[in-house]
Amino acid sequence: MKTGGVISIWLFIGISLLVNGLLIFGAGCFEYFHPPAERVVLYDVHANIWWGALLAALGAGYCIYFAPRKGRD
Amino acid sequence: MIRLLAAIDTARLVHLSGIDLVIIIFYFALVLAIGFYLKGRSNTGEDFFMAGREMTAWIAGLSFLSANLGSLELMGWAGAAYQYGILAAHWYWIGAIPAMLFLALVMMPFYYISKTHSVPGYLKLRFGEGSRALSSISFAFMTVLMSGINMYSMALVLKIVLGWDINFSIIVSSATVAIYVSLGGLRSAIFNEVLQFILIWAGALLIPILGLIEAGGWSGLQARIMTNGKTEYTHLWSTLGHFGDNPMGIHWTGIVFGLGAIISFGYWTTDFLVVQRVLSAKDLRAAKMAPIIGASFKMMVPFIVILPGLLALAVLPMKLMPEAQALATGGHSYNEVLPLMLARYCGPGLLGLGITALIAGFMSGMAGNVSAFTTVWTYDIYRALIKKDASDAHYVSMGRWSTVIGVAISIGTAYLVMDFKSIMDYVQALFSFFIAPLFGTVILGMLWKRATPAGGFWGLLAGTVSSVGMWAWVKIDPAALRYVALSPRARDMAENMYRALWSWLICVLITVVVSLVTTPKSESELTGLVYGVTEIPSEALVPVYQRPWFWAIVVSVCFVIVNVVFW
Repeated sequence: MKTGGVISIWLFIGISLLVNGLLIFGAGCFEYFHPPAERVVLYDVHANIWWGALLAALGAGYCIYFAPRKGRD
Repeated sequence: MIRLLAAIDTARLVHLSGIDLVIIIFYFALVLAIGFYLKGRSNTGEDFFMAGREMTAWIAGLSFLSANLGSLELMGWAGAAYQYGILAAHWYWIGAIPAMLFLALVMMPFYYISKTHSVPGYLKLRFGEGSRALSSISFAFMTVLMSGINMYSMALVLKIVLGWDINFSIIVSSATVAIYVSLGGLRSAIFNEVLQFILIWAGALLIPILGLIEAGGWSGLQARIMTNGKTEYTHLWSTLGHFGDNPMGIHWTGIVFGLGAIISFGYWTTDFLVVQRVLSAKDLRAAKMAPIIGASFKMMVPFIVILPGLLALAVLPMKLMPEAQALATGGHSYNEVLPLMLARYCGPGLLGLGITALIAGFMSGMAGNVSAFTTVWTYDIYRALIKKDASDAHYVSMGRWSTVIGVAISIGTAYLVMDFKSIMDYVQALFSFFIAPLFGTVILGMLWKRATPAGGFWGLLAGTVSSVGMWAWVKIDPAALRYVALSPRARDMAENMYRALWSWLICVLITVVVSLVTTPKSESELTGLVYGVTEIPSEALVPVYQRPWFWAIVVSVCFVIVNVVFW
């Protein structure tokens, strides 16, 4: 689904998910080792760690699958 | 930049960390990058206004839904769910799914085969210049108002959550939209809408997940809401037998006939904001599949919009109130449900993504309005009424400029909506003015070849004027509510439903009566525009699982199931 140009829209989406996922995962890990004084409700679930990892994995998959390559448009 | 943003915020619901700000700035950079990347592919009118008519069903379908999923959808309906309970989900299910499927299977062939560039453009082909002028001017008016609503919603989020100055928020976000739409036209708007759709889900999905964990699942949520004395808030249909039995003050006839049959069909099948996305599809089958794909995702949106509103009823310690009361008392309004829930559950990073989701919602809604406004203004008002014989390059240039001017006008309308106690009531009022009668005109035009140009024009005019007239009547004399909405206890939402129903009936009645006494067009003039004189391409050679009918049935079955489950 390249519709519209050489770079697929899905690659942009992959980049967005990957970068956001890594940032959120990193923030979650930092918070895990340095717990804040003011905590959100359900802090113990550590949503930013697993949600960040999930987004990053999804984004990485998109980036690999939709990366521009020779012989494929 | 981060220091600048951090310095702007004052009083706020939450404090953004550096990571949150990086996520927000990265989002702005990415949408602008897409606009600049696509700049070179929007040099002709077909490219700029119709995205080259080369979108796949998935891209057109997600964009179709994303253009509708503006910040007022996210914030307004979450607030409506807090205010009215699960009844708000009707606007996602019966108020959307049947109409989207009808657009796909019945109406799309006529839009697509006629090769029109807009809904007013179709009216020009079917009924003539008068109907086009009327619908295009009312659409342009409605669009900039809607854009203003989106802008206000977004500025409110950023003010409440981040403490950012409203003017700063409005200028930065609307300028970004103006840049990427004016650079890349509809293609840029569509590409960004798909990106925004994904980000909205990525940012908003955690709220219902964590909310359900805290509330103890759906049964725990119901139990907490019942403890608060709101037993009727979790039932979709069972409380609609009487006006007084439900928080919306509406009868099931208003939901089924006003919302399900008129407002939703009017919006999803004739509002050019959404139809434009489908018209950009690469072929008729993609154009028919796009609304079906959109419908399947639309059915899931209540999970990130309605459920958070219900969860807020169950878990938030404070009581939310109407906008005016919140401003007077310093409390929190219904429209702050999502920001409050974000602040409750989201730590560093997640908060940035959640705020990005809300900003993305604003931008997708605004870009949808602006790109639709630009097309209607340039093709249906400027070219039709002001300058008929300019070059294609001239109209593209006009399209770019009207994008910027449309955004500027929208900024002016943003402050108008602050007087309304609920954003969604205001939106429904606008729909009943313009969309309900338009649906009457378009559906008769497509399905009844006897409808004449004079019938189309006078029916549309009568429907619109009567809708505005009924609204003014109730404003001047509130007792008139018993006639317009069939009950003195009806609330704003119910009034809008019935006003839409009456205005549609008036439009249809006048169209039929005038058509029967005036001369119709010949069949040769109606080819490609009307049922019965248009040859629809056969799908006999396409495998069953690739046919739009098959997927429409699948979506219909799911639609019935969710309505029964939450009865």
